[in-house]
Amino acid sequence: MSGLFGSSGSGDTSGFGGLVRATVSSGSSERPYGGYFDEVVDDLERAYPDFAEAIEKVVVYRGELTLHVKREKLLEVALILRDKLLFEMSLGVNGVHYPEEVGRELHAVLHLLSMTHNRRIRLEISISESDPHLPSLVEVWAGSNWNERETFDMFGIIFDGHPGLTRILMPDDWRGHPQRKDYPLGGIPVEYKGATVPPPSQRRSYR
Amino acid sequence: MTTSADAIIDPYAASRETTEGRVFSVTGGDWDSLVTEIGATKEERVVVNMGPQHPSTHGVLRLVLELEGETVTELRAGVGYLHTGIEKNAEFRSWTQGVTFVTRMDYLAPIFNEAAYCLGVEKLLGITDDVSERASVIRVLMMEFNRISSHMVALGTGALELGALSPMIFCFREREKVLDVFEMISGLRMNMAYIRPGGVAQDLPPNALSKIRETVKVLRRDFKDNEKLLIGNTIWMKRTEGVGYLDLAGCTTLGVTGPVLRATGMPWDLRKLQPYSGYENYSFDVVTADTCDVYGRFLIRMGELEQSLRIIEQCVDRLEKLEGQPVMVADKKIAWPSQLALGGDGLGNSLDHIREIMGTSMEALIHHFKLVTEGFRVPAGQVYEAVESPRGEVGVHLVSDGGTRPYRLHFREPSFNNLQSTSAMCEGSLIADVVAAVASIDPVMGGVDR
Repeated sequence: MSGLFGSSGSGDTSGFGGLVRATVSSGSSERPYGGYFDEVVDDLERAYPDFAEAIEKVVVYRGELTLHVKREKLLEVALILRDKLLFEMSLGVNGVHYPEEVGRELHAVLHLLSMTHNRRIRLEISISESDPHLPSLVEVWAGSNWNERETFDMFGIIFDGHPGLTRILMPDDWRGHPQRKDYPLGGIPVEYKGATVPPPSQRRSYR
Repeated sequence: MTTSADAIIDPYAASRETTEGRVFSVTGGDWDSLVTEIGATKEERVVVNMGPQHPSTHGVLRLVLELEGETVTELRAGVGYLHTGIEKNAEFRSWTQGVTFVTRMDYLAPIFNEAAYCLGVEKLLGITDDVSERASVIRVLMMEFNRISSHMVALGTGALELGALSPMIFCFREREKVLDVFEMISGLRMNMAYIRPGGVAQDLPPNALSKIRETVKVLRRDFKDNEKLLIGNTIWMKRTEGVGYLDLAGCTTLGVTGPVLRATGMPWDLRKLQPYSGYENYSFDVVTADTCDVYGRFLIRMGELEQSLRIIEQCVDRLEKLEGQPVMVADKKIAWPSQLALGGDGLGNSLDHIREIMGTSMEALIHHFKLVTEGFRVPAGQVYEAVESPRGEVGVHLVSDGGTRPYRLHFREPSFNNLQSTSAMCEGSLIADVVAAVASIDPVMGGVDR
């Protein structure tokens, strides 16, 4: 399999025999979750009748609560979390790419903060590379605007309903999404005063 | 009057026709010919591209302003000019090497990036409680000194951009003293990579505490110069009062934190509300204002200087009692094996350590080599860790797949989120107020673009 820009290999650059590790996705946690997590999940279950259908699993790890949400229900869950559970602030969306998880390669991760209750939770939504669409949450938290643009730029996740989904960090005409795992660490040749500096990927072995 | 046929070509103000209308390129010098030309057009609406190279946009920030006369009707901020791919690069380095990368994001508050990152790594490793008290106190000390040096740049350049030159000179004088402390402790003035997973790179040098005490005394005295210059200054207040208004609802929906949020009267400070590194054991106040404007944010930064000095004094008292405690976790599979020492040419390996691993113990050499080249393994999972930086909540989202390098590293940068609010703050105001509003957000483009 060759990735973007013809990259091949494991992506391992440590020089230790090309060790490849499989990423493991954790299973659902069991009650009691501890701390305020039980209360948050109970409140959400009460406020949202479709809870069982929308929340794929609840994971508690290292003292943090993650709700895995189905894409179709994300907008509804977000509105209930904001209005009923008072998670007023979104700390932005961010992507993670798991090429091994076929059919759900792209994960979008959202961190929410309730200033009223001084609580934090995380939402995680898994989608496939072939259909990388997510509903935009700019209507719910206006601050998601730039964060969604960055996630689009870096992972190619398309946020439907975003007011202006364009690249934000990379140049507008850039090809590929740099934070995906099949995108090599490298660069483009830089020309300065007639001389060309080759990209790092061709100067040192990063491939 | 000149016609197009015999127009004088002004090298500083050339113009050309495009499908979108007439485009003027101005590069400096005398703008008289530009003013004459624009005055001749009937169009009231002018789109001005301010930056990315502009002395008052706080770095490589580009502002696209739509103006009617001097009023801004629409503002769009363009970022990305300083994107260096730090997050991607860190995926190809060990967990310890990550510190040297993240410290270069928000280059005015490097210690906060390091602290957030290391607290995140420690949370993933499950060793949060194993970090020694001395290491935590040193971290707090460094963070509070860094808060002062960062606020000094915010105040100094902010004033400079509004035309007040003297505060900048005073602010940089004070900042220099803080950087001297950094140099004494870590060997470097910026981008120190001093906080490491498991503790800090090395212990304080001898006599550090007495020097810190002296610096605190001098800083407290010298901060008064700035207060005298700016607080209550008529011109300063006319430029800042009621400018760049953003209320609490605006801040929460836009994800704005830090002094901008506290200027709405909301005492939101993670040091108090979600303490880390033992902040719950220090006595200090959260400074707020209720004006929602540039002046309020300025007063908050001024007030936080004194609070930081209070915390530093408590740190020094504690460090005296914790003399001799280790500054790195005891677990030899995580603790960085090098024993660093400050030499005349900066930070380096201590000769005693090199003598030991090269001359006496082959196991120590193997251990050193494995840990330094390959690094330690971190259990699979993800965490989010946030600390209160001078600009607001800097959060780090770390994903590990169980290997020796981060699977994904993402920084929730306060500058990035706060900068989105420029449109909300500035649309409808005068163009001169845009400069004041951006300065009050205090964005650092290294953090915005990463």
